[in-house]
Amino acid sequence: MSDPILATRDLCKNFGALTATDSVSIDLKAGEIHAIIGPNGAGKSTLITQICGGLRPDSGSVHLLGRDVTTDSTQARAQAGLGRTFQISALAMEDSVLENVVLGALGASGNPWRFWSRAMSDRSLTAKADAALERVGLIEHRNTRCAELSHGQRRQLEVAVALTLSPKAFVMDEPMAGLGAEGSKLLTGFLDELRAEAPILLVEHDMDAVFALADRISVLVYGQVIASGTVDEIRQSHAVRNAYLGEEG
Amino acid sequence: MIPERLVNWVVFAGLLAVPLWAIVVDEPFTITLVTRAVILAIAAVGLNIALGIGGLVSLGHAVFFGLGGYAMGILAYHAQTYTSLDLFGMSFAGTKAMPIIWLVAVVVSGVAASIIGLLSLRTSGVYFIMITLAFGQMFYYFAISWSTYGGEDGLSIYVRNGFPGLNTLVPIQFFGLCFVLLCVVLFLSARLQNAPFGLALNAARQVPTRVETVGLNPMRLKLVAFVISGAITGLAGALFADLNRFVSPTMFSWQLSGELIVLIIIGGVGRLFGPVIGACLFVALEHWLGALTEFWHVYLGLILLAIVLFARGGIIGLLTGKEGAHV
Repeated sequence: MSDPILATRDLCKNFGALTATDSVSIDLKAGEIHAIIGPNGAGKSTLITQICGGLRPDSGSVHLLGRDVTTDSTQARAQAGLGRTFQISALAMEDSVLENVVLGALGASGNPWRFWSRAMSDRSLTAKADAALERVGLIEHRNTRCAELSHGQRRQLEVAVALTLSPKAFVMDEPMAGLGAEGSKLLTGFLDELRAEAPILLVEHDMDAVFALADRISVLVYGQVIASGTVDEIRQSHAVRNAYLGEEG
Repeated sequence: MIPERLVNWVVFAGLLAVPLWAIVVDEPFTITLVTRAVILAIAAVGLNIALGIGGLVSLGHAVFFGLGGYAMGILAYHAQTYTSLDLFGMSFAGTKAMPIIWLVAVVVSGVAASIIGLLSLRTSGVYFIMITLAFGQMFYYFAISWSTYGGEDGLSIYVRNGFPGLNTLVPIQFFGLCFVLLCVVLFLSARLQNAPFGLALNAARQVPTRVETVGLNPMRLKLVAFVISGAITGLAGALFADLNRFVSPTMFSWQLSGELIVLIIIGGVGRLFGPVIGACLFVALEHWLGALTEFWHVYLGLILLAIVLFARGGIIGLLTGKEGAHV
């Protein structure tokens, strides 16, 4: 087996008496979509935040491309090839769609210290941004103010910004949330192709999407991975049914 | 709605026309008044980079204004008393040359801004406001107790400093100098706002987490903005001192920091000409209402209240229908 692109080893995080992450070891291999599912409050977001550098774990480690990045900042991890989308859109609402994606391209270029040239006339930035918008199907909205986008379009824009970084691994926090059936289907198709480019660690509530996309699924309950396996294994797991799927009726 | 570019050009033309008209009707005081507005505008254009684009509500920009003022005051004081300025074991001569004074003012306030920024940017929101205010007060009380340079009484400079080829004592010539500097500063500010740096800084104000996840450091962006901002405000301080031929600790006062914020809000936060419009209105009100009543700030307060409640984009927002930057 090839080495994982992204991995956590015995990750632990406590908030006072609450154990949010309990020795979580998961990995993400090239070409796959690894879904993390779990009921609300299972610690999915806390886990993702630690992987992306927003929170320091109490113990354990995070590895990106075989390198220990546990103490690296968020921006160092982004530069190393981690592309993230947010559950609650983190976009510059006052700016246009294109400006938001150009920011991603600017981050990828690594040099924001240009005070004179016009950012929006820089072909190397805008071409990259347009390509990303084209791929997620937002190109006709490139000049729309971000605040005027629908909820679903904001999710697409989140993905577009991550694309500009040409990441080695994606971490996506509920990209389907708030999308209609149609949008959800489109994004599912898109992520299906995207995995060949870079593997995706996918936190998602939409079970149809998860079962359609995931190569592997890990189930997180009370901060612990209670089961991990292929879609069929998870579907048939008794523990998972009790802890999670059963609740959905 | 009027295009913003048109509003900007009208203000620009007005700033030139009023002093020229004042020459025709021989009203030199009007020229001085407009010069004052231009200098305050430079200071506020500086603050607008930190406040309007970077979202840094600095209640300590009087520090840089004051440092610029004292840079001028100290250099000119040593020149007019024929004494030397002893610093770090070295001896410097004073100077009456504006270009050198400006350079010193910009460098000194830029260095101060980098130190103050480095410490203040560890906090945000109300704490950032309070720390910058605290720095302002430190400088204010230091200036009061600095008896070498006049302490509370300040320093008088008897003859305005010189600029090669100009007679700066002629009001219109000094105005011209300040006006050109305002144009330069506005041009720099416009370039910066549209440059990659401005784009990233503008995003860092709105969503710092996003800026981090594309691999950029929002703190470093804000620090650089704060330094540029402080340096420009410092330049304005040197000009302001030269306009009055007087420097005193009030240039460091927190009221001045507050006034700079107020005139940006009145003009339009984050808009290129917002600080210019705010400064013109401020000086006009100060002059006309100030002649009528000692309590003219009450009316300024009412205008501010109306703008905050009904026109969040300031006067530019009101005219162009654009919203101001949210800080």
